[in-house]
Amino acid sequence: MWFEELLITIKYYLVLQMPGSLQPVGSAFLSSLPIMTSFGGLFALATLLERKMLGRIQNRYGPNRVGPGGLLQPVADGIKMLTKEDIVPKNADHLIHFLAPLGLLVSAMLGLSVIPFGHRLIALDIETGILFFFAMGAASELAIFMAGWGSRNKYALLGALRAIAQMISYEIPLILSALSVLMVVGSLSLSDVAQAQSGGIHTWHIFTPWGFLGCILFLISTLAEINRSPFDIPEAESELIAGHMTEYSGFKYALFFMAEGVAMFAMCALTATLFLGGYHAPLPILSFIPGPVWLFGKLTSLVLLFIWIRGTMPRLRADQLMEFAWKFMLPMSVVNLIAAGVWVALDGGVAAWILSGLLNCVAYFGWSRILSQASRFNPRTYRYAEEAGVSK
Amino acid sequence: MSLFFTITALITMASAIAAMTLRNLVHCVLCLTVTFAGIALVFLQLGAEFIGFSQILVYIGAVSILMLFALLMTRGGTELTLKRWDPVHWITGTLIGIAGFGVMSFAIFNSSLRQSKIPEAKADSLHALGNSLLSQYVLPLEVMALLLTVALIGAALIALPEKKVFRRNASFSKNQESGNK
Repeated sequence: MWFEELLITIKYYLVLQMPGSLQPVGSAFLSSLPIMTSFGGLFALATLLERKMLGRIQNRYGPNRVGPGGLLQPVADGIKMLTKEDIVPKNADHLIHFLAPLGLLVSAMLGLSVIPFGHRLIALDIETGILFFFAMGAASELAIFMAGWGSRNKYALLGALRAIAQMISYEIPLILSALSVLMVVGSLSLSDVAQAQSGGIHTWHIFTPWGFLGCILFLISTLAEINRSPFDIPEAESELIAGHMTEYSGFKYALFFMAEGVAMFAMCALTATLFLGGYHAPLPILSFIPGPVWLFGKLTSLVLLFIWIRGTMPRLRADQLMEFAWKFMLPMSVVNLIAAGVWVALDGGVAAWILSGLLNCVAYFGWSRILSQASRFNPRTYRYAEEAGVSK
Repeated sequence: MSLFFTITALITMASAIAAMTLRNLVHCVLCLTVTFAGIALVFLQLGAEFIGFSQILVYIGAVSILMLFALLMTRGGTELTLKRWDPVHWITGTLIGIAGFGVMSFAIFNSSLRQSKIPEAKADSLHALGNSLLSQYVLPLEVMALLLTVALIGAALIALPEKKVFRRNASFSKNQESGNK
């Protein structure tokens, strides 16, 4: 608590030093400055961490030449990206091609503004915080389309269409599994959600039947939403060159990567807030350690989990990915919503535990058995265009 | 009228005009998206946070993407630019626009909401909205939900593989294999 109060006091002191007409702007600037700088820096470190960890998984060293243990590798990468030539295709739609990476980065950054980093430590404490977050996520789909269409390249357009189809499909289980938490908490504000889990590790939402399933569904949808492995088919280098980023180079390409990284942090922070207690300590005794430390710890562990998944899971095929979203994720998230409804109706307690747990278990095992029996592993069928490919 | 509202209104109107006059259909849709965002901003200025963010989520996240997909998938990427001057389009468009405007203004001027005073925005408007949606307006909500479910099932039905196409493709690929040999 003391750390958050200290930061807020410093901010108010600085705002009061400004002339009166500048104070609203200055307050907004001081609230957004830590988010912009810390997540930019965190992204740089995360690229290094990812390469190091992937190297470990693949039994090699990873970057270790620049600086002690390769620590300055992100700086070298940044300088390389900045000094590279910025190539824009001649036939590209210049304005749209230019605006796409900016739109992606801005929408990713705006999502972070409603995350509570500590007690009262939230840039934009609004009643409809999580709706704002998802609205910004939806705006990023449009930016991806702009990137794909503005480049005037078939691979870019195909990659963008795949990415958007995937993001829209996984947005439904994402929002539905987040909705279960909102139903139980009874508020759309993320600071209320975090406050509901303040009592220690047993009050975290992941340790309830609906929260456990909801958290797993949410994490899987998150992976698809930020186009990470095993759902990285939109930018699969081996099939679509680089998807919607094909015609981008230099700093714009770096901006795409940065937007992806920031979106990953934002989604991990949201997962931590919704299911893992937010900025609260697991034990009330440990609450002398500041809230941001806990939140960033949880966030970093989730990022490590994502890197681990990337290093170990094979990529899904595009049709398998869609089938998984509509046939498994969507029904399971609806069942999870009903389980959360049972929890709300019975107001917690042992009966609610047993009933909603039973509902989720029966649904999971029953539905996966039905699906695995229904799936026939035929050879893949191709649908050709009428004239194309006719050998004469 | 505050400065912020003036700026929002100008951007909204300018992008709406651009959406009507630009030649490239994708540009039109992107300009329309800016219009949607402007309308969302107007909602936010009126204190309707939920409706404003829903507007962004639904219109920018889904409706504009739907329009873009429909454009790209039905026009085959060739007819994306319009002709310079098509009198039939202009006349029918103007007529439809006047008719729509007339119906809307008739509804607004005859509605009972106009006589009643505009209430102050409540601090707890979100809870009030949720409560009234699930008590007073539960029937329209359920009808909407049913309609959307029907649309979803219909879309899945359309996307189901057609038996005929499959058989023809199977024989086609067989021919191709023997041709390659």
